[in-house]
Amino acid sequence: MKVKFTRPISLKEANTHYCSGCGHGISHRLVAEIIDELGLREKTIGVAPVGCAVVAYDYWNFDVCEAAHGRALAVATAIKRCKPDNFVFTYQGDGDLVSIGMAETFHTANRGENLACIFINNACYGMTGGQMAPTTLVGQATATTPWGRNPESKEGWPIRFSEILASLPGVAFAARASLSSPKEILKAREYIKKAFTNQLENKGFSIVEVLSPCPTVWQKSPVSAMKWIEEEMVKTFPLGIIKDK
Amino acid sequence: MSGNEAMAEAAIKAGCFFYAGYPITPQNEIPAYMAKRMKEEKRVFIQAESELAAINMVFGAAAAGVRALTSSSSPGVSLKQEGISYMAGAQLPAVIINVMRGGPGLGNIASSQSDYFQATRGGGHGDYFTPVLAPFCAEEAAGLVMLGFDMADYYRTPVLILADAIVGQMMEPVVMPAKSDFKKKLPAKTWALSGAINREPNIVKSFFLKEGGLETHNRKLKEKWETIKNNEQRFSGYKTEDAKYLIVAYGSEARIALEAVDILRKEKIKAGLFRPISLWPYPEAGLQKCAKNIKNILVVEQSLGQMLDDVKLSLPGKDIKFLGKTGGGIPSVADIVKQVKKLVTRPT
Repeated sequence: MKVKFTRPISLKEANTHYCSGCGHGISHRLVAEIIDELGLREKTIGVAPVGCAVVAYDYWNFDVCEAAHGRALAVATAIKRCKPDNFVFTYQGDGDLVSIGMAETFHTANRGENLACIFINNACYGMTGGQMAPTTLVGQATATTPWGRNPESKEGWPIRFSEILASLPGVAFAARASLSSPKEILKAREYIKKAFTNQLENKGFSIVEVLSPCPTVWQKSPVSAMKWIEEEMVKTFPLGIIKDK
Repeated sequence: MSGNEAMAEAAIKAGCFFYAGYPITPQNEIPAYMAKRMKEEKRVFIQAESELAAINMVFGAAAAGVRALTSSSSPGVSLKQEGISYMAGAQLPAVIINVMRGGPGLGNIASSQSDYFQATRGGGHGDYFTPVLAPFCAEEAAGLVMLGFDMADYYRTPVLILADAIVGQMMEPVVMPAKSDFKKKLPAKTWALSGAINREPNIVKSFFLKEGGLETHNRKLKEKWETIKNNEQRFSGYKTEDAKYLIVAYGSEARIALEAVDILRKEKIKAGLFRPISLWPYPEAGLQKCAKNIKNILVVEQSLGQMLDDVKLSLPGKDIKFLGKTGGGIPSVADIVKQVKKLVTRPT
């Protein structure tokens, strides 16, 4: 009998701490599958964020560095510059990447650092109990926008950061995918692979934004969370390749 | 060369492979020097977008196993405390230079020694210390940067060089040391991130969520701080053997106090200077020995009295006088002489 599906070598055998229906498991696996496929495991250094994915190293079977909240790309910049032969990527959430780490993200992209950045957008702060994120949709209720995010109350609009980054000359690739269906997951896989390959080809900064479900904070079932991405989130965050230099 | 340039060149000589910094006076000569020299040496220089980015870049470089440096001045070093705390937790070696200026807030750009508390009490959040070395001239600054790199690698800890604007800006001849006087053999960085070839993955982290995990980790760190306390107390004395009046000062203020000692000696007043070089660990054993038979002790600082606390802790029961100026004010030779003379004339 032919084995068609196994655990990637880059993924450890471990029990998940993520909530049921969380998207991190899928994204972790995509990253691990592509690292295996490109034969990168033994030269990979991943940088984990602050947020639910801080313990990504409990699942990934390669070298991982923790970073302070928002600083993953500063940490990754130095690792890659000091170890140009290693493969270096960051894995960050929306609060980490777009709010507290906006300066680090923007300037890393602007320097055109030869890095891949996986940007998990779940429109909330998951780990701290579901506060408003920079990507929270207009009208979306969170712990700190109990009546729904309201730009009229100076709570701001959801930031389309991948589009903003795409405007920088240092950015080689920017794309947005979703985990809402097998079809979209395969697209996410394709974009992540492109971002990783770009680094191997010295093309500069690549970012893949992944719309990812957080059923616990959204107070939805895993299935209706996926549906909410498809029906609501993509209206604010359109899917597809934003830039491919 | 200036103290700032001496420290930068010393870092190059010590094999510093990575520098990141953000402009701030009075340390701008360091990034300017590094921008040129690091390129010549085919090493990495980055002008970061902020002090936060700079210190977190240093975190990354240290995690990758190379010698890394950042420099700044007081307000910038406050920003760097985030990264310093994370590095202390993750046990990452690096050297951080603080060329102190006046504070609080934006303060001014004159010389000051008012970051003593921040430097010697951890500085950032959490239960930790970092070794702090305070140079009093450009040549010593160079030597301490080299020593800082060795100590950082040996103990796996960030090390602070606490200079002040006078030491940083002053131009004087420097004989560049070939290497530091650190004698211990430096261990291989087997914990560094290099790719998991023929080994289990390495993880660099300061997060210990499981019950008891952080306590165990912090107790391990505590053992390290105790070892450093036992091994690394450094100081220098000047005419202390027969001194009846002991001045305690560090950094550029010790340079000023040195001259005051000579003037007082000419007037037959037996003054001496005790100069701490390591501010953490504080050289309490050395100070205790030096001050054993001395009744009159004067602490002089470019602050409202910060090192004063450590002198009092080192010498319980002694009557300790203080002379300090703040906000860019510098106790002068004349100020110190006058203050010591007051001690001479006071009734015992």
